Amino acid sequence: MTNAGLLALLSHWRHNPMQLFTLVVALSLATALWSGVQAVNTEARASYDAAAETLGEGMFAQIIASTGTIPQEDFIALRRAGWLVSPVVEGRLDGIRLIGIDALTSPGGLAPVGLSDGKLTIEMITRGILFATQETLERLGEVDVRKFPSSDVAPAVILTDVGTAQILLGLDGQISRLIVAPQQPIIQPPLEVIAPNFELIPPQSGSDMGRLTDSFHLNLTAFGLLSFIVGIFIVHGAIGLAFEQRRPAIRTLRALGFPLVHLIALIVFELVGISVLAGMIGVGLGYFMAAALLPDVAATISGLYGQSISGTLHFRPEWWVSGLLIAVGGTALAAAASLWRLACMPLLASARPHAWAMQARRSRLIQTVFAMFLLVAASLLGWLGSGLVAGFAMLAALLIGAALALPVILDGLLAAGERHAKSIMEEWFWADTRQQLPGLSLALMALLIAMATNVGVSTMVSSFRLTFTGFLDQRLASEFYVYADDAQQAASLRAYLELRVDKVLPIQSANQDIRGLPSDIYGPVAHATYRDNWLFLDAVPDAWALIEAGQAAAINEQLARRAGIVIGDEITIAGQPFKVVGIYGDYGNPIGQVIITEAKFAALFPDISPLRFGVRIDPSRVTALSLDLGADFGLTEVNMINQAGIKAFSLAVFDRTFTVTGALNILTLAVAGFAILMSLLTLANMRIPQLAPVWAQGITRARLGRLEIVRAVLLALLTTALALPLGLSLAWTLLAVVNVEAFGWRLPMFLFPLDYARLAAFAVAAAAIAALWPATKLARTRPVDLLKVFANER
Amino acid sequence: MNARVFLLLLWPITASAQGFAGLGTDVDGFSSPQRPAQFDFPIDHGPHYDYRIEWWYLTANLEGLDGTPYGLQWTLFRSALTSNVGKGWSSPQLWMGHAAVTTPDAHFVTERLARGGIGQAGVQADPFEAWIDDWQLVGPDFATLTMTASGPDFAYDMVLNSDGPLVFHGDEGYSVKSAEGQASYYYSQPFYAIEGTLILPMGSIDVAGDAWLDREWSSQPLSDNQTGWDWFSLSLEDGKLMGFRLRQTDGSYYTSATWIDPNGTTTSYSNSAFEADPVAVSDVGGRDVPTTWNVRLPDRGVDVEVTAINPQAWMDTSVPYWEGPIIVQGSHTGRGYLEMTGYD
Repeated sequence: MTNAGLLALLSHWRHNPMQLFTLVVALSLATALWSGVQAVNTEARASYDAAAETLGEGMFAQIIASTGTIPQEDFIALRRAGWLVSPVVEGRLDGIRLIGIDALTSPGGLAPVGLSDGKLTIEMITRGILFATQETLERLGEVDVRKFPSSDVAPAVILTDVGTAQILLGLDGQISRLIVAPQQPIIQPPLEVIAPNFELIPPQSGSDMGRLTDSFHLNLTAFGLLSFIVGIFIVHGAIGLAFEQRRPAIRTLRALGFPLVHLIALIVFELVGISVLAGMIGVGLGYFMAAALLPDVAATISGLYGQSISGTLHFRPEWWVSGLLIAVGGTALAAAASLWRLACMPLLASARPHAWAMQARRSRLIQTVFAMFLLVAASLLGWLGSGLVAGFAMLAALLIGAALALPVILDGLLAAGERHAKSIMEEWFWADTRQQLPGLSLALMALLIAMATNVGVSTMVSSFRLTFTGFLDQRLASEFYVYADDAQQAASLRAYLELRVDKVLPIQSANQDIRGLPSDIYGPVAHATYRDNWLFLDAVPDAWALIEAGQAAAINEQLARRAGIVIGDEITIAGQPFKVVGIYGDYGNPIGQVIITEAKFAALFPDISPLRFGVRIDPSRVTALSLDLGADFGLTEVNMINQAGIKAFSLAVFDRTFTVTGALNILTLAVAGFAILMSLLTLANMRIPQLAPVWAQGITRARLGRLEIVRAVLLALLTTALALPLGLSLAWTLLAVVNVEAFGWRLPMFLFPLDYARLAAFAVAAAAIAALWPATKLARTRPVDLLKVFANER
Repeated sequence: MNARVFLLLLWPITASAQGFAGLGTDVDGFSSPQRPAQFDFPIDHGPHYDYRIEWWYLTANLEGLDGTPYGLQWTLFRSALTSNVGKGWSSPQLWMGHAAVTTPDAHFVTERLARGGIGQAGVQADPFEAWIDDWQLVGPDFATLTMTASGPDFAYDMVLNSDGPLVFHGDEGYSVKSAEGQASYYYSQPFYAIEGTLILPMGSIDVAGDAWLDREWSSQPLSDNQTGWDWFSLSLEDGKLMGFRLRQTDGSYYTSATWIDPNGTTTSYSNSAFEADPVAVSDVGGRDVPTTWNVRLPDRGVDVEVTAINPQAWMDTSVPYWEGPIIVQGSHTGRGYLEMTGYD
């Protein structure tokens, strides 16, 4: 019986292969978009995690010595006093960061290195091995230690045993810092008793790197999720149609005595099968998409945040799992209503397919109410909500609410068009378009969301680019930057530079808590460089003059937001009061920042001398100067930053970001276009009875076909027009709500009308192309088929 | 702690996929125990770097003022990656410490790992000192020791004094572990009186009792076909009994035992004289572990049932095993310690 039932159900797909194709393709594409974006994110995160585990930075408390390195005897003394600490020795080898750890005591263990080989461990301890990615090892010169390629080590880092690191770095008997294990013994003497000159640094709640890059990832995730919603709309449509068309088969099966529960189980089984298949195709597609995008994304993040992620993609089992889960879950979501209706269907209900499209009209009122409810919820969340979850909830409510409202709004617009019709033909066109609206509405909703997502993300990425380049101009105002290794070198460097360049601007900072928040205090030299380039988000007139007078300070946006400081408030730095006269944007910086004048800085922090210098110089002389510094001071590129080089690189990176965004844009629009095509094809057969009378009254098939295309373009245009404000709201939510909640700074929003026009053109073109085939089909309908409409009973 | 790394270091009692057969590996470059065993004290209380594995293994049966029984363990293992001493970080000598306190309803365990050659852990013979981090077993000589250990949820501070001689197992300290002839050097000091303070989450507890210290070293004590062992130390009215049963892949056993008179005189029993059979098993974190045993040494009229004071005394360390205090009833009464490996 089960077999017969299953065969009967499956025969539907054999008769409607296009429907099955739509279902599988839509679900696959939705899963591909989701899992591709996730793959890019996961891969990048895995790279950071490897880095964080390698470095033990942020995750654990650490002990450092104010004198520089920690003598190894002190490490042993701490262990023997019951302090569970693990040594880290680090430095640079051929300019590459080398980190030595003790695998036995390290809280993170040797996690980054997949040691599955006991012999390797023996060799690592007794003779030493350098673990790094292949690329890093290739950059490393000749060393007398075995190199072992491992893709689990963070890029641009060499990991080795602490003893090997001491030898290679010439740090015999020295430890750079100690990592404190999270679990310590029940009894333990205080640190200051054993090592009075050591400092215990508590673990950071989130690593600096993580917070910076999370902004980018969060936005990518939002994009992936929105794309998935587009796909699910299409799946919902395809499943709903299939259910409606199968009503006679289902009624017959039930009338033959097939139990309802059994039937539902079979349908669920069938849907799970289809969604698993589509999910697998989708994950595979997503993998290739991610593989194609990853080099760009890697470069983007490395360029944006100076953090390298490996440019290769590893296939991780969690993608399969999450991809399949989302495909099955999405299908369940899309099929729930149809299954419910089937469960409630009376045994002898009419088996005539309720032109499924028509049925939507019945629920029009419910849909309108629900859409209103969601849109009101979105505004309330935007107004009253706080937190990242509220931000995302607002995004979802806004999008789904707008999508549900779309058919109602379009219907209103079409009705208005109908009222203003000047000819019978025109009136028929409007009426016929309204008639088709329910059948197309799911596809149009998908188009709306796709278009809005694209507008939103383009706005966000472009705003990010503008803001960031402006920020680079501000922060890298000098033509050239030099970093000294120690105070002595700094002093001779400064003297050397004073003679050769227009102006040397020392950069010095101190760590202080401002209103309980960790912050960096900067004391720049008064110079036009800052007045010209430092743009305030909010400031009193003549802010720089007040700062230079010594009684005032400027703070970054992060500090202002977190501590609730506004212009005119007073803050205390090292016991001295300062009036806040300016607030500036400081994108990507996780902690607070304060600027005071150099004289005040020197008075408050007499022990700090600058190691970094900004250099104002004719840009054409930068290369010569860096060569001189290399020859006279032995400085490498690590110690020097060529501002123009950085800016050019950053812009190049942004262009790659655009490639990624552009690729995603086109994909989502393609998915929406595909939905329109499938809806039109489905409607085409149902429409013959409606078109036959029009044809019979003398309108040619060719003209009817042209009108089909005009109709698709019109609907796409209307939808696009509605998508623009929705997309801008989306962008605003991402920049002004989600970003602030996640990172503490707001990205200014810029508008890019040309981009939107291009996107609209894409959307309309997608709709026109989608309508082309159904229209051609219609134009070529055999007259006999149209005549049959009058001959047949219906 | 990084258990995984340590597991890879071919630790002797490392549970490989085949159970505790991991010991049966090569002995390249390491010395093997030879007959007749010859000891030189106090030097032999110290490490033997030319042997692959070695331990200083102390267990104690304690009692609080209210009569509550407690168990205590302090163990330092040495494992050599290669057969040389080495200097600094490149030393192939690795150290692992296990400490535990068992109460009738709780079991506290902790573990420490350390590299040799840098002073974080080690053993010196005279004056005697064995240490890893802040844990130590130290004294002017082997008969008078103080002992400390600490973990995230417990610590202890104990004083030990022995009034009896060292006891040598097997053939004068040459202890055979299989029919193929695998052997270790093995002696004990079973006559310690111990007292001190346990610091537990519920507070400090003054305790006293008796302790047993095992010293053993070898390069390959288990045979390829052995999967684990069950080791008993019993303190009875008229003497002490050490017996172990090595389980073999074919279901048979290899046993060995030493009877110790109160004056320290020993009688060694070779394979089959000592018998131990599980009577009841407990579910210990999803594993079936025998925690009640019938133990027999017919030659001495010993036929007793030993029962774990706390069946959940699982050592959840990088090399997991069961170790805890037991009580003895039957032909004899008393208390003791039970160690079982290869049940994970």
